[in-house]
Amino acid sequence: MPDQLLYAIEVTLNGLMAGVLYALVALGFVLIYKASGIFNYAQGVMALFSAATLVGIMNGDVPFSHLINAILGTDIHHFGWHVPAILAILLTMGVMIFLAWAVNRFVFKHLVNQEPIILFMATIGLAYFLEGLSDMMWGGDIKKLDVGLPQGINETIDEVTFNLFGYGFFIDNLDIVAAVVAVILVIALTLYSQYSKQGRALRAVADDHQAALSVGISLNYIWILVWSIAGFVALVAGIMWGAKSGVQFSLSLIALKALPVLMLGGFTSIPGAIVGGLIIGVGEKLFEFTLGGMMGGATENWFAYVLALIFLVFRPQGLFGEKIIERV
Amino acid sequence: MFYREAGDFKTSYVDDNQTFPIKFDRYRYYAVLFVAFAIIPFVINDYWVNAVFMPFLIYSIAAIGLNILIGYCGQVSLGTGGFMAVGAYACYKFMTGIDIWWGGELLFRLPEFNIFFSVLMGGLTTALVGVLFGLPSLRIKGFYLAVATLAAQFFLVWVFNRVSWFYNYSASGQISAPEHHIAGVAITGPNADAWAMYLFCLVFVAASAIVARNLTRGSFGRKWMAIRDMDIAAEIIGVDPLRAKLSAFAVSSFFVGISGALFFAVYLGAVEVGEAFGIQKSFLVLFMVIIGGLGSIFGSFAGAAFLVLLPVFLKNTLVGALGWPTDLAAHLEFMIVGALIIIFLIAEPHGLAQLWRVTKEKLRLWPFPH
Repeated sequence: MPDQLLYAIEVTLNGLMAGVLYALVALGFVLIYKASGIFNYAQGVMALFSAATLVGIMNGDVPFSHLINAILGTDIHHFGWHVPAILAILLTMGVMIFLAWAVNRFVFKHLVNQEPIILFMATIGLAYFLEGLSDMMWGGDIKKLDVGLPQGINETIDEVTFNLFGYGFFIDNLDIVAAVVAVILVIALTLYSQYSKQGRALRAVADDHQAALSVGISLNYIWILVWSIAGFVALVAGIMWGAKSGVQFSLSLIALKALPVLMLGGFTSIPGAIVGGLIIGVGEKLFEFTLGGMMGGATENWFAYVLALIFLVFRPQGLFGEKIIERV
Repeated sequence: MFYREAGDFKTSYVDDNQTFPIKFDRYRYYAVLFVAFAIIPFVINDYWVNAVFMPFLIYSIAAIGLNILIGYCGQVSLGTGGFMAVGAYACYKFMTGIDIWWGGELLFRLPEFNIFFSVLMGGLTTALVGVLFGLPSLRIKGFYLAVATLAAQFFLVWVFNRVSWFYNYSASGQISAPEHHIAGVAITGPNADAWAMYLFCLVFVAASAIVARNLTRGSFGRKWMAIRDMDIAAEIIGVDPLRAKLSAFAVSSFFVGISGALFFAVYLGAVEVGEAFGIQKSFLVLFMVIIGGLGSIFGSFAGAAFLVLLPVFLKNTLVGALGWPTDLAAHLEFMIVGALIIIFLIAEPHGLAQLWRVTKEKLRLWPFPH
């Protein structure tokens, strides 16, 4: 096989892996949008916040230590213990559930019946708040997240492909883990929403708020539930991205990358989020590989948005979105 | 007592159609103009101009522009930063004389434009680009459009980063404004005086506000508002959505472009595109519009003033008075801005402008409310 084709295949595979990670963030968006009609811009910052909290708990950092030191003039930083990864993940999940409750209690409870665009703006405000809170609690420096996931080049694939084609593919172990986790997550979520009592309630709320209320489903409970699930998805995404590139501010920008994924797939479709993620992941890597050099590089910054824009002009509801019917 | 209509007789259509129909309002407006043009330039110093007045004036123009698009026409845009960058780079190219190359040879070079016309050309260029990126709005609506405008944001910033023609092949990739004069007074460059920069921006702000105010209460504004309230119904009663939406994009981008040009040429002097016109800038202007009040020109000013003053205030109290480290103050600022936006949306979705309207109504009845 010619070298160029081999490179292209490698790039495609890496794109697929990156796409899975985008899809992971997009999934959180879709869940909340379906259940409450809120377009949650803060999803990316939730990933950042959860990852920072996880690192902070694992290292035994004192939350708000910076603030406490500044006000009281003390010099405290660590509790002096280390928490094992599993326990820390559970604790972080507890924090995310608390966050879900707080967000509903203090923000969205007061915004019921507002226009969608107002709710969207509120989530941007929430994103700013969480960003500040995350830095305030755990400090703004870049943190290393290590929960024991394998990293580095996958030797087996390298060897097998080298024997087959005479060129070893470079695929990161972490990406493979992320892909597997994402697949498991999607299957679990699908099973949960299809077969559990809460899942049925969730789908009922997504279908029609008032009808769901009238058969005795507590909207408040469902919203806390769905924000908790979104928090869990954010935590998983935060762990994957954090392990890949460190826990830092740019982590919250992946939320922006997830937006074109959503547009491609449609805001209301879970399979759409996955397919959209894969298309964007592969598309931007292949575009950078084929034309990027000619155009001056770093086309990944905008390719996803422009692709989604062009795509939407022809199909405004996305690939799998519900057909938009407009009436006066 | 204030803002009374009683005793204010209109004897001609011109009187009836004036921008501020209530006498008290009109005098207040003249008083504000007088203070801004004739008193402030004589008393301000460098610190006030750089920390408060210039950002306030420049962001006001951007907020007016975005308010026309979101508040009046209902088309949500997250590409403000990108459009400001277009204004800045277009202004820069016109200031330094546009060079046209063909096949590696310099074909011709336009003469350098005066700073005033450069800023205007910056606005016009941005209006063109805005129309181009506004085209999808005919098919895409709501959130989908908001995300689609992100394409403009990231694509434009990337273009200005990569295509060296835009920054005149400078090694640093920055653009920096050369010294330009109006009537012998330096407006841009290191030798410009504070009052000159202030007045130059003020002229643009006053002109933009007048133009925007009159556009929005004229037939254009009514068409935009019809589209905002329900585009299908508007189409049925005879509003052409193509012209209404694209004109909103053009006018909005024109203002945003002017503010970008001023931001670069007069305020900062030198700019690196990703830093100055990133996505954060888009959100900042969006917040100004929300906090100030959607669909209100006064609200744009109020929002800009609020978000310009808040960091200055926080920095002075937290860092200056309490002695906190600056990074902590920056984090707290994020939290406060975020919380304020949520509080505003909950308490008063129509922003500061609505508070002002309520105050006005109260003042009208004061001191004898029913």
